[in-house]
Amino acid sequence: MKITVCSTENSLYQDSFDIEGGNFNKAGIVSTRIKSILKQMGLPADVVRKCAIVSYESEINVVSYAKKGVINLTVNPETVLIEVVDEGPGIPNIDLAMQQGYSTADQKIREMGFGAGMGLCNIKNYSDIFHISSEVGKGAHLLMTINIKQ
Amino acid sequence: MKLSEVKKILNADVIVGEEHLDLEVKTAFGADLMSDVLAFAKAGSLLLTGLTNSQVIRTANILDIAAIILVRGKKPSTETINLAKEFKIPLLTTKYILFETAGRLYAKGIVGCLEKVENNSVLD
Ligand SMILES: Nc1ncnc2c1ncn2[C@@H]1O[C@H](COP(=O)(O)OP(=O)(O)O)[C@@H](O)[C@H]1O
Ligand SMILES: [Mg+2]
Repeated sequence: MKITVCSTENSLYQDSFDIEGGNFNKAGIVSTRIKSILKQMGLPADVVRKCAIVSYESEINVVSYAKKGVINLTVNPETVLIEVVDEGPGIPNIDLAMQQGYSTADQKIREMGFGAGMGLCNIKNYSDIFHISSEVGKGAHLLMTINIKQ
Repeated sequence: MKLSEVKKILNADVIVGEEHLDLEVKTAFGADLMSDVLAFAKAGSLLLTGLTNSQVIRTANILDIAAIILVRGKKPSTETINLAKEFKIPLLTTKYILFETAGRLYAKGIVGCLEKVENNSVLD
């Protein structure tokens, strides 16, 4: 499931971050990294905030549901792209998964304060453009675009 | 209001951040669901919650939450405490339940970081 999200020519920053499935102790480390990178680059506070939130909910989903995943972060002059690719069961019914309140989360995920079926809605709401696709048995793919200039 | 005043109103113990009690706060958000916090809480607000795991600290850090108040006398794990120290997020604990905690702060002038949600954000 390789998708080329942009030409890297004009991008100001690009990096990839691995996420370990099932490891709740580390859940959030990648998003925290991403947040501090964007902050250091001097991006507006609301842009950093949106990117941090969508990264974090995505990271929680990879940890919760997938075997492993990667977040590809690309900062262009006018947009931030956050791509999340995971290897796992995938999402059989995306319309259902996107519904607020739909969740297959287990007790462990709920104890962490997630698993109320709001994650994907939050990700969509904080993104300017949101794409989700999945191949059942292979994994899920999310692509979020956050505009730097409103 | 200063965080030291919040501590007094709630008869709270400071677990992390004794040196940050001068911090000014005006607003708060209360929830035990981190997705709710991520959906609605604003930077610089207090976070009132009954959860004590490390994701509470990570969520607060992602959102630039000013300080965390653990309600119902909850005691966090060492891991949670260490993470709060690492991120320099003040962590307090009060014996009051969430409702009382919110009410006592509200009565002294702390308001919600938002008053209510938009029409469409609950039912769509
Ligand atoms: N990366 C993923 N891989 C497999 N299933 C997923 C993934 N992300 C989300 N899902 C499915 O979609 C549902 C809704 O996800 P989400 O909106 O984040 O809510 P929550 O995680 O709270 O259940 C999840 O319960 C799960 O069934
Ligand atoms: Mg989720």
